Amino acid sequence: MHFPATVDTQGYWDGLACGELRVQCCSRCGTWRHYPRPMCPSCHSFDHEWRPLSGEGTVHSWTVTHQSPLEGFAEAVPFTLVTVDMAEGVRVLGLLRGLEQTSSLRIGLPVRAGVEQVPGGSRQPVFRPR
Amino acid sequence: MTRSAQRPEVAAITGVGETPYSRGASERSSLALQLEAGLRAVRDAGLEPGEIDGILPMASGSALAEDFVQNFGIRDLRLSATVPMGGASAVASLQLACAAIEAGICRHVLLVTGRDGRGGNIGERLRLMPQFRTVAEFETPSGAFAPVQLYAPMARRHMELYGTRSEDLAHIAVTMRRHAMGNANAIMQKPMTIADHQSSRLISEPFRLFDCSLESSGAAAVVVSASEAAADGPHTPVTILAVAEGHPDSPSTITQRGELLQLGLAKAAPRAFAAAGVSHKDIDVAQIYDCFTYIVLCQLEDLGFCAKGEGAAFVRDGRIGLGGALPVNTHGGLLSQAHMVGMNHIVELARQLRGDGGDNQVRDARIGLVTGYGDLGDGAVAILRRGE
Repeated sequence: MHFPATVDTQGYWDGLACGELRVQCCSRCGTWRHYPRPMCPSCHSFDHEWRPLSGEGTVHSWTVTHQSPLEGFAEAVPFTLVTVDMAEGVRVLGLLRGLEQTSSLRIGLPVRAGVEQVPGGSRQPVFRPR
Repeated sequence: MTRSAQRPEVAAITGVGETPYSRGASERSSLALQLEAGLRAVRDAGLEPGEIDGILPMASGSALAEDFVQNFGIRDLRLSATVPMGGASAVASLQLACAAIEAGICRHVLLVTGRDGRGGNIGERLRLMPQFRTVAEFETPSGAFAPVQLYAPMARRHMELYGTRSEDLAHIAVTMRRHAMGNANAIMQKPMTIADHQSSRLISEPFRLFDCSLESSGAAAVVVSASEAAADGPHTPVTILAVAEGHPDSPSTITQRGELLQLGLAKAAPRAFAAAGVSHKDIDVAQIYDCFTYIVLCQLEDLGFCAKGEGAAFVRDGRIGLGGALPVNTHGGLLSQAHMVGMNHIVELARQLRGDGGDNQVRDARIGLVTGYGDLGDGAVAILRRGE
């Protein structure tokens, strides 16, 4: 069950469909912004490009979820969601995979973003330790 | 600007009303419950239903002002509005009521909310609300869905930066439970210990089951009247000294918020204290929105009762219990009384300041504070005083 994309957000979904994590960057002042929106909060220009992120980031915070009513995720518990500071200055939320012990999760843990299929069935940003 | 920060006193809470609260689905409709609570509040204010000239229903109750016009027989409703701030809506509606009264639009404004326990769980209901569309589009496909998941990273970061522990959050849950046991209209009447909290199951770390508020049925309402009309009522009026609302940075998603640990309340609180002309030490009792234990701790910091990072020490050692330095949620709160979206917090504060707090009365309570927290960090705070 997905909220439908709009003309303002379609570029993000087009990126994920191609396996790329694309974020808006203001054509006038170069400010990155996420989640997608029509206007640059710095210079108020509507002009923007969809640019791929480098993928490099560090963990800002996280949660390990033990119960979920969402289709696909209900059977995937426990799963770890991380909030990540990306090198470009925006944050991205996604599943964390490939960490042996969640006890080694900490603020500042270096991670790399990719695009992978998640339990709900769609392709989403997913993080792995780097 | 020459005007003093302190605002004139224009309005008071003159009536409060609640239905009995219960868990699970009610056999009555949400509207019928809200009409009952509304009628109780109107009668409590010594008014006839037709004298209400402003209606502020909470969006979560899905009743409309039109429903009250039809059922109350209101001939000349002058204000119908809904404040879209989730759990901060009830307190923020006090601000709108005061503004309408000060502008001469209304004389008696009814604030009301209620729920019948149908319509899905909180996560399902939230996904239908426009203020959650960013989360629904970009975060839910990754498995982030319920408030317990969205708020957990705030609590986790507080723990990592300041050493706050799950046991500290347990003090909040245990205190609310103890207060609920002194309130006959509180759902949870079984004692809770720190150990009970620590052995309750994990929902989304660091939150356990007993960090989470209840799903409940019932309704609550308050009447706000112009000060000159409030003196005619049967009860001691509870004067509204100040109300303020505050919106966090990145209000539609917590993920993108520069400072994860600062809520909208941090912006509203200095304005409210200045407008009321009181300081923190003047506050005798506080009703703090408690959808999750951590949200109480964070708000105590954002209100300025302690510095950021000191919330854990503030809530330990009985300091927020009856007889403590700052009794919090004397009715049991959303955690243990019922989840009435914070309208029950306003009702309880008005009762405390009237001296009608029953077994949980805070002695000589004269000035109190009530907060709301909504959606993804919206905040509101009101400071009230006994008497005209």
